[in-house]
Amino acid sequence: MTAFIELRDVSKTFGQVTVVEGLNLEVRKGEFLSLLGPSGSGKTTILMMLAGFEGATSGDILLDGEKIDHLPPYRRGMGVVFQNYALFPHMSVAENVAFPLEMRGVPKSETRPRVKAALDRVQLGHLADRRPDQLSGGQQQRVALTRALVYEPKVILMDEPLGALDKKLREEMQLEIRELHRRLGLTIIFVTHDQSEALTMSDRIAIFDAGKIAQIGTAGEVYDRPQNRFVAEFIGETNLLDGVVKEPAAVELAIATTIVAPDHGYAAGSRVSVSIRPERLRFDGSGENRLEATISDVVYQGDHLRLHLDAGTLSLVARLERGAAERHPGETVTLSFAAADCSVFPA
Amino acid sequence: MLRVAQAIFGVAAALFLILPIVAILPLAFTSSIFLNYPIPGYSLRWFNELGQIAHWRNSIVNSLIIGSGATVLSVVLGTLAALGLRGRGIPFPNLLRTIFLLPMVVPAVVLGVGLQISLAQIGLASSYLGVIFSHAVLCVPFVIVSVSTALQGINPTVERAAASLGASPTRVFRRVTMPLAMPGIVTGAVFAFATSLDEVVLTLFVAGPNQRTLARQMFSSIRENISPAVAAAALLLIVGTLLLALLAAYTRRRTAKTVEA
Repeated sequence: MTAFIELRDVSKTFGQVTVVEGLNLEVRKGEFLSLLGPSGSGKTTILMMLAGFEGATSGDILLDGEKIDHLPPYRRGMGVVFQNYALFPHMSVAENVAFPLEMRGVPKSETRPRVKAALDRVQLGHLADRRPDQLSGGQQQRVALTRALVYEPKVILMDEPLGALDKKLREEMQLEIRELHRRLGLTIIFVTHDQSEALTMSDRIAIFDAGKIAQIGTAGEVYDRPQNRFVAEFIGETNLLDGVVKEPAAVELAIATTIVAPDHGYAAGSRVSVSIRPERLRFDGSGENRLEATISDVVYQGDHLRLHLDAGTLSLVARLERGAAERHPGETVTLSFAAADCSVFPA
Repeated sequence: MLRVAQAIFGVAAALFLILPIVAILPLAFTSSIFLNYPIPGYSLRWFNELGQIAHWRNSIVNSLIIGSGATVLSVVLGTLAALGLRGRGIPFPNLLRTIFLLPMVVPAVVLGVGLQISLAQIGLASSYLGVIFSHAVLCVPFVIVSVSTALQGINPTVERAAASLGASPTRVFRRVTMPLAMPGIVTGAVFAFATSLDEVVLTLFVAGPNQRTLARQMFSSIRENISPAVAAAALLLIVGTLLLALLAAYTRRRTAKTVEA
């Protein structure tokens, strides 16, 4: 399948500062791609370059096979949803939603029913005559979304659109956006620094570190198979075991234990880190690897218990499901884990 | 104790500012032909005189023509300047701003001499256009200041949103930037009109006998024959200015209601 949106070797510098460096990225038609990263990792700059508010310092941006670098924002036909909604404060909700149609010369007789239908779809029909400042944050976000969707753009760009909402509302809106994406077959590029949001919503996630893609893949891929330390630590929680490769499938850890790891292709003698997620550490003895550890703390987390353990100089975190045998601090346990659950990358 | 002192000082300061105005206003209604107290009786004869005597009537008309012209010219120029100063990629924006605001601090006499010479060069001396142009020079800074303030209050992502929704830069300006900056533009226009209305010094330099404005007329009549018509004219000016200020305050409040988000 060919790329619908493509960034070729795109870099962006502001004065001396390089914000995006040699970026190559392909987005498929109908895909939901999240750009995830800490603030300052360049993800918003990429979105602004796609929207046409920033020019790339070098490289090309293509939409449907054609270069769009030279097009001003208003010719790109991409719907943008901003973090602070960016509604027009001097227009009513209906006028806000009608704005993109008006700009496209859609006749008034056609605009009115379309605006009404679009607002009804998000249950805001009764607020059509209100001003944006008379709406709640969630309602404003819905209006912004409706305004960006009403003219059926090819691409929707979202810049942390849910950042200002409280947790419950944010989760509601996440599902709503996902549903819209599925139903309308939209291509969405979604910038966020919230990993759970990215995991919930995306077809693929691009994780950014200092202007470069650290890893790109499905939620499962980036969570279960992190390719470097940054991704392993940024997505979810993990245990990192440092060691040296002994044989193609074995790593000798710093604590003088050798574990079996998946075939990773690093030469014997290279220094590597092995990442194992807390929920993959087991107490039932299954899996190829064993680690003796002492429980240092047991923390109640509601749906599960969090165990802090010490294995020599290593500090580990494990997850204990409710209903499992009780554990107490000071107890010595044998942790086990499968080679297949480990990810290996250079230290 | 401090509160009492504050109150006394406040009242004193207010009186200091208002008394000169209060002092002249009752004289507008005097029936005497002298501009002084005590007032022997009340009448509207001086207002009649303003309307009937040709040089008063013409000067009021002149003030309105020149004031309107200067307002339109300075609002257009000042708004464009404020927009330009706000844009990215303008070299030395602060230096430019200072230069644009210079007419506020340069002595009017200096401006007057300079304008008289320049206008004579291009054949606009003693013409309406020349006076309008000269007044606009004084008015533009007021417009720049108030429009700049209004523009600062506009969230730039709102304009970006408009562009992303398909609005060309001109349409972004017409549909988003200008409506949101309107309170500042109106305030600037009121200041501009009021400035033009009471401008005397420049007018003395650049206006011919045909462009005698109300302020200029008051100035000369107070030197030649101290008639209470001056007080009546002063009342007219004050009422006009107050009405304009109210208009500006009203626009600002109406827009503030819709803009505070």
